[in-house]
Amino acid sequence: MSPTKSDHKTDQYRRKFLAQSAAVAGLSIAPGIVLNQVAHAKADSDKASDTNRWGMLIDTNKCSKGCTDCVTACQDENGWGTGETHSSKEQQAQWIRKVTITDKQTGHVQSLPLMCQHCETAPCVDVCPTGASMQRKDGIVQVDKHICIGCRYCMMACPYKARSFIHEKLELQKATAPRGIGTVESCNMCAHRVDKDQNPACVEACSKAEHGAMIFGDLKDANSAISIELKKHGGEQIRADLGLNTGVRYQGL
Amino acid sequence: MMSLRQFAKHLVVLVGLTALPMISNAGDLGPVPPKAKTKASEKTECVEPISEMRKNHMSFLKHKRDETMREGVRTKTHSLTECIDCHVTPKKNGEFARIGDSEHFCSSCHNYAAVNVDCFDCHSDLPEGASNKLHSLNKKNPHHKELAANGSLTKETLNVLTEGDNK
Amino acid sequence: MKKPVFKQIDGNTTNYWMLLALLGGFVLAAIGSHFYMEHGGHYVTGMSNQIVWGLPHVFAVFLIVAASGALNVASISSVFGKTAYKPLAPLSTLLALALLAGGLMVLVLDLGRPDRLIVAMTQYNFKSIFAWNMILYNGFFAIVAVYMWTMMQRSMNKYSKIAGFSAFIWRLMLTTGTGSIFGFLVARQAYDAAIMAPMFVVMSFSFGLAIFMLVVIASYKWTERPLGDATFNRLKNLLGVFVAGVLYFVIAQHLTNLYATEHHGVEAFILRDGGIYTNMFWYGQIILGSLIPLAIIYHPATGSSRSAISVASILIILGGLAQMYVIIIGGQAYPLELFPGKEVSSSFFDGMVNAYKPTLAEGLLGLGGFAVALLMVAFAVKVLRFLPESLADEAVDPHHIK
Repeated sequence: MSPTKSDHKTDQYRRKFLAQSAAVAGLSIAPGIVLNQVAHAKADSDKASDTNRWGMLIDTNKCSKGCTDCVTACQDENGWGTGETHSSKEQQAQWIRKVTITDKQTGHVQSLPLMCQHCETAPCVDVCPTGASMQRKDGIVQVDKHICIGCRYCMMACPYKARSFIHEKLELQKATAPRGIGTVESCNMCAHRVDKDQNPACVEACSKAEHGAMIFGDLKDANSAISIELKKHGGEQIRADLGLNTGVRYQGL
Repeated sequence: MMSLRQFAKHLVVLVGLTALPMISNAGDLGPVPPKAKTKASEKTECVEPISEMRKNHMSFLKHKRDETMREGVRTKTHSLTECIDCHVTPKKNGEFARIGDSEHFCSSCHNYAAVNVDCFDCHSDLPEGASNKLHSLNKKNPHHKELAANGSLTKETLNVLTEGDNK
Repeated sequence: MKKPVFKQIDGNTTNYWMLLALLGGFVLAAIGSHFYMEHGGHYVTGMSNQIVWGLPHVFAVFLIVAASGALNVASISSVFGKTAYKPLAPLSTLLALALLAGGLMVLVLDLGRPDRLIVAMTQYNFKSIFAWNMILYNGFFAIVAVYMWTMMQRSMNKYSKIAGFSAFIWRLMLTTGTGSIFGFLVARQAYDAAIMAPMFVVMSFSFGLAIFMLVVIASYKWTERPLGDATFNRLKNLLGVFVAGVLYFVIAQHLTNLYATEHHGVEAFILRDGGIYTNMFWYGQIILGSLIPLAIIYHPATGSSRSAISVASILIILGGLAQMYVIIIGGQAYPLELFPGKEVSSSFFDGMVNAYKPTLAEGLLGLGGFAVALLMVAFAVKVLRFLPESLADEAVDPHHIK
């Protein structure tokens, strides 16, 4: 049967329809692809940049008193908690700890994890004589142990007692968390994981166990989960009176 | 003014004393670093030519450490972890030499040159996951109770126990 | 006025050599302590992540503060033109340098990585008052050395006024910097006060002069050189004024804190509930360190007795160490106020008073700082002309006031 004029017209309409559908579909997916590429950006060779500011949000209402998943995860990831066999309990390093708070007036009990708060104007960075205590451009505060002289002034200065001093020789450190005698250390928000677009170990553990108390993300990205949650329900700093603009915020304080 | 004889005597003593360490070290051909894990081939080149590395490895490491620590650049070139991963290999008996032993890659040269290495107070001197300790035996197994009490098993004991086993 | 004649001490008696040996022994003990601490790590000390700075820092900060104060006598002669103090000016500069050397030795030997001292001296974070202090300490050595040179070399005497003025300004900056180490700390309830810097300056006057008095009384007694009442009384009265000055600043600090409810916790801790810190404050700093010395200095029965004033000087020094202990260690023992009004507990000792048990190694390291300073002085007066041959009234000031 030879194609009639109406058949040809139908083909034309079909082609037009298919072309238009493809265009619409393409246009709707494209922004997603582009945005995804922008968000998932850091290559190994990329430097940390101030277009990001990494932060954490912790919902103390979802944090239970007996749970130490975040602490255990940090210990496993960064290699502290065992190995300091000569040091007393007061001398052993702690990067993150669970703090129990009881309101003297009401008797209300709360629990929350406390680690380096990664302040924007960190007192520890200000007081370090050599500049070993430093802040990366993306907001992560850490100690450059190559030039740390072990004076412990940053430990005096930190309002959160986030820093620890290593009181003995260590060995078999994790490759991503070098730590050594005579230097000071603290939570570095798992910078080695963040640089690979992963969550810090504590946040990862809390999510995996489905407690949902910790969110990590880019405070400068208005579309990140953390920014959206902060906008909706707010988040407070511990010792907000000091005006340090911490990267770690808490809800339910 | 001393006489020529006195001068000659002093000169002999001076030359002799200076030559003494050279004489006693005669035949010393220098340090012998252990072989790396992967020898360079068409597929995996050495990071830098040997003479470059010998002269400049400290500068490479120093620049890389600041790039990684302060800027978050985590490429593998000149990374200390990568150096250790490739160069620190187990000895013939399966154990790893530790920093300070002349069989450890870094110490083989650094001991000879008597130059202190600052890295390993903080960085592990072994590749990640490597250890000279074997896992301790299951304490709950009644057969293992005695041995498990100490928590670790030496290679010699393991060899004796597994003699004759199917490999 | 007759120009004072400076002469080295003979330094050839058994007692002198025994003094050097005793001081040398303490220095060796300090070096031994340092190696003990550095070999295995700081776990051998009583310091921890809760009490971060301990006994070594008490001694080190005391010596550094006293060092700038020891320069006072020289400053009074050069800057304020009181010629009666001129004979003692070279000794004053010597003691200042020696005390600073002793204090810095203790501070550096306590570092976690003292092998990185060269890093600390070449890489500076200029926002850190600690970094500024390093520059101030090094500058102090240079400026006071030059000042000493202008006084001891005749041809340079005409520059001693400008050198003295520079040294005076520099030591004020240095002590302000040392006080600010604590004053700039926002984190802790016991610090973060502007009064820290000026209080440390007045403390330096008191401690430095107390040590200076002891050195003068001892060296003139043991070398059997005359020390006249005019010089003695001048120094003694000045010491009384400085001790009263420190007491004033301490009262001002605590009264101000007591007025603000937010500081009541730490004030109650220091003044009443702190156990050893409360005892050190009242018995050590106030009674032994301030009130009894004031009584000794101004009471007519004891005020002119050399031995009584020596006792007063020793008490001032002990009181000063107690004051440093309360400031440095007491300030750390009191918990950080993370959640005001709430009870806090954790595995990292939050919300509780932190314990500190100093070890022998730390004490020996601290004492070694004193020993180094005194050893330097004892040796220097033998080899160079620091001590005037006579400080008898006629030699010092023919128109003296008795």
